Amino acid sequence: MKVQVYVTLKPGVLDPQGKAIHHALEGLGFGGVSDVRAGRFIELEVADDVTDADLDAMCAKLLANTVIENYRIQRA
Amino acid sequence: MKTAVIVFPGSNCDRDMAIALETVTGRAPAMVWHRDTDLPDGVDFIALPGGFSYGDYLRSGAMAARSPILRAVSDAAARGVPVLGVCNGFQVLTEAQLLPGALMRNAGLNFVCRTVPLIVGNSQSLFTAGYKAGEAIDIPVAHHDGNYFADAATLDRLEGEGRVAFRYAAPVNGSARDIAGVLNDAGNILGMMPHPERAIDRAHGGTDGLRLFEAALGVLA
Repeated sequence: MKVQVYVTLKPGVLDPQGKAIHHALEGLGFGGVSDVRAGRFIELEVADDVTDADLDAMCAKLLANTVIENYRIQRA
Repeated sequence: MKTAVIVFPGSNCDRDMAIALETVTGRAPAMVWHRDTDLPDGVDFIALPGGFSYGDYLRSGAMAARSPILRAVSDAAARGVPVLGVCNGFQVLTEAQLLPGALMRNAGLNFVCRTVPLIVGNSQSLFTAGYKAGEAIDIPVAHHDGNYFADAATLDRLEGEGRVAFRYAAPVNGSARDIAGVLNDAGNILGMMPHPERAIDRAHGGTDGLRLFEAALGVLA
């Protein structure tokens, strides 16, 4: 089974990469963008008996750094 | 005086660190590979060197923090063995949650590589006893992810408890409150982005890093 993990910076944590992307979009002439936040997308192929608790532990222990990041798990 | 340098795939300051330790102790450190599960018996001091462990995959220091040897480092630190993490070593220590906070991409997005003035924040620790509080010292930095972040309550606690070992005299990478190095609550773990091991020889531009090693290793000798 495919599992998709989205790792994003917590609100309030400055995101210099998002800012740079935002500036680049403006430089290309795209208006109307008020903010950009960059994150990470990780796709796992897991056995059917892997539980939600297992996936949560994977995120908390390795895939995200919970000091600065939030994560969201989606079973595909 | 037995010292150890942990070597990860992608470490690139391990030899500089080894030379610094040997210069001060007169004895070459044990170079301990990341897959090892044990440190040498009776190790008195552990250094996590700079570099790009595991190619900085996932996050800087993230993979190294989960490597087998880190369990042994963590156990040794809990027994009070001094642990110094420099640059990538600091990132590893925060990822391993042996130090609070996180090191993010530099605010300017640029790799910063130059000698910068630091202000000594605390001269009471075993690492900083050779300095005076408030003293300015020159130490090189070379990093892309040195932007120290922690929530305001953690930063207040670190400052209140004298756990900010070093600050940048002027902003370098966007670090919260210009923090360059922090101590754990017991005071036996120091993580810092600047490289004291690159400042021990006059021929390399300065020797302000030497007193850190002399204090940390001399106390134990």
